[in-house]
Amino acid sequence: MAEHTGLIEWFSPSTYGKLPFDDWVEWVVRDWLVPNFRPAFQAMQWPVDQVLRGLDAGLQAIPFPIFALVLVIAAWRFAGGGVAIFTLLAMLFIDAIGVWAETMTTLSMILTAVFFCAIAGIPLGIAAARNDRFATTIRPVLDIMQTIPPFVYLVPIVMLFGVGMVPGVIATIIFALPPIIRLTNLGIRQVREELVEAAVAFGSTPKQILFEVQLPLALRTIMAGLNQTLMLALSMAVIAALIGAGGLGLTVFTGLGRLDVGRAAVGGVGIVLIAIVLDRITQALGDPSLRKGDWTFNGTAKRLLGLAPPGPAQR
Amino acid sequence: MPAKLSMEGLYKVFGPAPEEAVKLAREGLDKDEIYRRTESVVAVDNISLEVESREIFVVMGLSGSGKSTLVRCINRLIEPTSGSLAIDGQDVLALDEGGLRQLRLAKVAMVFQHFALFPHRTVAENAAYGLKIRGVSPKQRREKAVEALAAVGLDAWADAYPSNLSGGMQQRVGLARALAVDPEILLMDEPFSALDPLIRRDMQNELLGLQERYSATIVFITHDLNEALTLGSRIAIMKDGSFVQVGRPQEIVSAPADDYVANFTREVDRSRVLTLGQIARRDRPLLEPQEEIAAACRKLSASGAQALLVQDSAQKPLGSVSAAQLLAADPAARVESVMERPAITAEAETSLATILETGGAGAPVALVDKQGRISATVDPGDLVNALAAARASEQPISQEKNVTAGVHNG
Repeated sequence: MAEHTGLIEWFSPSTYGKLPFDDWVEWVVRDWLVPNFRPAFQAMQWPVDQVLRGLDAGLQAIPFPIFALVLVIAAWRFAGGGVAIFTLLAMLFIDAIGVWAETMTTLSMILTAVFFCAIAGIPLGIAAARNDRFATTIRPVLDIMQTIPPFVYLVPIVMLFGVGMVPGVIATIIFALPPIIRLTNLGIRQVREELVEAAVAFGSTPKQILFEVQLPLALRTIMAGLNQTLMLALSMAVIAALIGAGGLGLTVFTGLGRLDVGRAAVGGVGIVLIAIVLDRITQALGDPSLRKGDWTFNGTAKRLLGLAPPGPAQR
Repeated sequence: MPAKLSMEGLYKVFGPAPEEAVKLAREGLDKDEIYRRTESVVAVDNISLEVESREIFVVMGLSGSGKSTLVRCINRLIEPTSGSLAIDGQDVLALDEGGLRQLRLAKVAMVFQHFALFPHRTVAENAAYGLKIRGVSPKQRREKAVEALAAVGLDAWADAYPSNLSGGMQQRVGLARALAVDPEILLMDEPFSALDPLIRRDMQNELLGLQERYSATIVFITHDLNEALTLGSRIAIMKDGSFVQVGRPQEIVSAPADDYVANFTREVDRSRVLTLGQIARRDRPLLEPQEEIAAACRKLSASGAQALLVQDSAQKPLGSVSAAQLLAADPAARVESVMERPAITAEAETSLATILETGGAGAPVALVDKQGRISATVDPGDLVNALAAARASEQPISQEKNVTAGVHNG
């Protein structure tokens, strides 16, 4: 090698040998993290497992017509008539192509991931909004989480958590967490300084400022973050299937493995339809005009009977 | 009894070296030099003041004069850098977090320039905010909030959202939110600046009524001298972080401390600020009803007045006669035959504008004491002279300005 070395190659580090970065990472994960912390990581699985099992059992137990009806009504009340009709057609189509059970499995995985993203992400976002140093610390971490290809952390996840539904959900949580943190932080920081000042002037404690002023006014942005997190979680459905998660992702994955384009399309269409339905409903939930609506029994009844506009006012 | 609110040598410095900047400011360096040396801005510069209970103390200054910073130092929304601050004799700067919270909850409320209403709460919920924070039960705080809203004439809008209200109405809600907690001190940071002039005038009058009803001490910030003169029991003119002049409205207008203050007062309608007591004279002759016209004419021309008052034996005003009436009458007749009844009477505190507006400009005004006796008189000529003299007194200042401007141009 040395005889080929020209002047220009003196400046290239690879001329002097390879840095064993891969060995280092492998050592850290396999020889340090796994033997020392595997029980801790296993323990982390427990709450995820419980929520996932509960949700899956619940969703699978509900008969198709009842679930579809509830979702259609929710779509109507929150997002209006058009979305309700779309939801009805989407549910019927998913059942007709024979992937209802898989859809419910995927849905329970997604909801579990979003649930844990929310209970971890919203407090982290609040902390980032209140502490500039924490915000600057967490930012590169979020950047890495959003840019690193999920395939890279699938391997250590399998080593630490094994294969199956729960590791799939954990991979999904890692992938889907950043937007809810970022948008909670943004939403709170966007609350007009003057309103916070007024709250302070009337003697509010920091906690009261947070719950009485900042969070309610940031709610719309936080809901947008939750919507983003939900969409990212859905986009992980196929990748999570690589490490043993089931559902629509598995249908796509097996279709891919057998070069069965029809099978893959069935799973893909299911994911797309459920994504559109959830997106429209959660977007409508973030609309403030909806929260001001009449949600008493009478108001709701009027809404359902079409006497009052079912969705948020058009603006 | 200590003053309701007192400040002594208060400084607020923004920037990286506040302590050093205060030290330099105490040594008498000017702000530009301090900024050059420390990169710190002295926003409030050695302010001392005492506000008495139930007084409306107005701080007037242009934007950037530090008035908003000063008012925020009072409830420590902005932490003063140095100096002392006491409310009811209690050292505010020594309060810990809990004590400061108590002060804000119970004693000092604030009204903001851009209203700062909470858009996600109804009008009543906004008005009840201070009470909610205080832990008052929902029913009680609703009651109190609606009562405060009624005081500002908005109880019908209790369940609307602020976004459905006009600017003037929103600021009434802001005022109701502050009044609902029964504050002893009300801090108002340019509360009416964002409103239309007509609505502003209404709100000013309303505030005076509310202040009496709630008997609060008010610290009011404004950049409008007319507003300051309308509302203030005392006015402080602020410039570059320090007070240029502190005084009663009449003192500010009739004796501006320097050109800076005089510049503002030039725009002011003096007739609203000057009172009859300030221009009345005691040396004018008074006529008796039985006096001969010829004698009255002599007295009139000797006094140089345009008209004279007629008094009865108890020194109470009966009427008045003008020069024209006296000249047209028979010299041998009695004054009472041409006298106009009744005489215009007023109190020393009455503004010139009040007399001018009631059409009394042509007749002399009798200032009467508690027994109804004439204590001093204001001749129509005195009224005109007072207004004209006020204008004349501006003349040298504006000429001086022109000269300096010319020098700068040259």
